[in-house]
Amino acid sequence: MKSVIETKDLTKKFGELTAVERLSISVKPGEVFGFLGPNGAGKTTTIRMLCALIKPTQGSARVAGYTLGSEDDKIRRNVGILTESPGLYDRLSAERNLDFFAQLYSIEDVAGKVAQYLKMLGLWDRRHEAVGTFSKGMRQKLAIARALLHEPDVLFLDEPTSGLDPEAARLVHDFLEGLKREGRTIFITTHNLDEADRLCDRIAVFNRELLALDTPSALKLQLYGRAVVFHLTQPGEQFVERVTAFSFVESAEASENRILVRLDDPEVQNPALVRALVEAGAEIQFVGEIRKSLEDVYLQLLTNENETLST
Amino acid sequence: MRLIWVILRKDWAEVFKNRFVMFTVAFLPLILTLLPIIGLAVGGNETDMGDLEELGSAFNLEGLCAGVTDAECLQIFIVSQYMMLFMLIPLIIPITIASYSIVGEKTTRTLEPVLATPISTFQLLIGKALAAAIPAIVATWLGYFIFVIGISIVSAGPIVVERILAPEWLLAVFVLGPLLSVAAVSVAVMVSSRANDPRVAEQLSMLLLLPLMGLFIAQVAGLVLVDAKLILWFALALVVIDAGLLGFATQLFERETILTRWK
Ligand SMILES: Nc1ncnc2c1ncn2[C@@H]1O[C@H](COP(=O)(O)OP(=O)(O)OP(=O)(O)O)[C@@H](O)[C@H]1O
Ligand SMILES: [Mg+2]
Repeated sequence: MKSVIETKDLTKKFGELTAVERLSISVKPGEVFGFLGPNGAGKTTTIRMLCALIKPTQGSARVAGYTLGSEDDKIRRNVGILTESPGLYDRLSAERNLDFFAQLYSIEDVAGKVAQYLKMLGLWDRRHEAVGTFSKGMRQKLAIARALLHEPDVLFLDEPTSGLDPEAARLVHDFLEGLKREGRTIFITTHNLDEADRLCDRIAVFNRELLALDTPSALKLQLYGRAVVFHLTQPGEQFVERVTAFSFVESAEASENRILVRLDDPEVQNPALVRALVEAGAEIQFVGEIRKSLEDVYLQLLTNENETLST
Repeated sequence: MRLIWVILRKDWAEVFKNRFVMFTVAFLPLILTLLPIIGLAVGGNETDMGDLEELGSAFNLEGLCAGVTDAECLQIFIVSQYMMLFMLIPLIIPITIASYSIVGEKTTRTLEPVLATPISTFQLLIGKALAAAIPAIVATWLGYFIFVIGISIVSAGPIVVERILAPEWLLAVFVLGPLLSVAAVSVAVMVSSRANDPRVAEQLSMLLLLPLMGLFIAQVAGLVLVDAKLILWFALALVVIDAGLLGFATQLFERETILTRWK
């Protein structure tokens, strides 16, 4: 299938500073694409370029089937954006806010669309109230709805849950899950790695340039491989040699009554390990798989980058 | 065209919820209109010959008062002083509205989602400019209308009313007024791109009043005679100035500039 977002060597410089350097990615239709990076990584800058708000210094991109630079107007018509700050008119009502944008996008049934989203968000009864009186979570949902009014092919979300309490973040997550099920293409930046892990089909780790790009589970695997831990009744030290004798074991280390074993296919390899340990007299209490969180992967990637930078 | 109207309506809905803006738009023209009317009603009918002679020697009233009674002459003199004050309306109202509507959107970061829509920045600029200029022009014309009616009620004779319906007044109200409001909007856009507080933007833009106040003082001091010819020259100069200012404002009003340089 053709990709919905395709960038080639996309670069943005602000004077001396390079905010985004030679970014080449491709996002497939219906994909939820996570864009992760520390503060100042250039995430917002990337989104602004892809929404035809600022011009790339170099490189090219196609968004929603249109070429950035020559078909900006069509791109704007076909993408929705949740900007870093929701940017709602506090003095105006929820209905008036949506109505304004529906008209700017020249959609056909303005009143119908606005009503549809207000009802979907459970804001229908409060539609006449000034947005300034809404909670942060409600405002954020309203801002996402605003980005959806014209039914864009691609939705860009810049930190949709930043600054929200867990409950409000939950509201937004549920909303996004719904959008994902509808098969929308979503490009999302976030600092919340659990969120990225749960929501995203693929994740790009980015800090001015692309550091890694894969599915969340593949990313975890790629950096850490997999690991199994054996809990014994006796000290693990005496069995380490026995374990490392297997060629598929990448490493094994003991600490107190545990042995941590790195290997690449525990489903197939574990039974042999267990048999060998039992034969050697080990009394096994539990066997468990060590799960790395995406956060570990992310921090590791950024550390790697710093190390390569300093050498 | 339709998008400009959408912007305009939204700006009005928002900015007129601000009490301070409402006050400026409603009360300023009212005060500037009623002041001369009340002035005439209270003091303008006394024919204190001593005063008039003093005035006459200072201002060369002959040109102004050829063939009218002294009472009428005094009224004509008083009323004619107000023309320049009247021109404050098309300057101050757009500055107030534009400062609040632009700096307001800047501080609440509402411009970015708007810029992400298919609207062109030129349409957006025109929408915002009209949202600021139209109330000013309407207020000026409405104020003038009330002014003419009020003066015709309190004046000493029809000649006074004739004078405020003379070409210089019509030119000032119907030509100079709109031109001034365009200048005011452009300056407010420029200042707003830099300012982070609507009040600061407003005050800075108000520096634009200085030339007008200068003209007013020169007129009161008898240094210049504000007649149709001077106003026409003034209007002509404003056309050129407006074109330049609008050009600048349009340049500042680019998507990338607004997002990256309006701090
Ligand atoms: N208008 C600008 N002028 C100069 N530098 C800028 C401008 N906008 C962004 N930058 C710089 O570009 C870099 C990337 O900024 P950007 O806002 O894209 O980061 P981000 O990944 O969105 O960060 P955050 O997580 O804090 O939102 C930063 O170093 C920032 O200072
Ligand atoms: Mg950002």
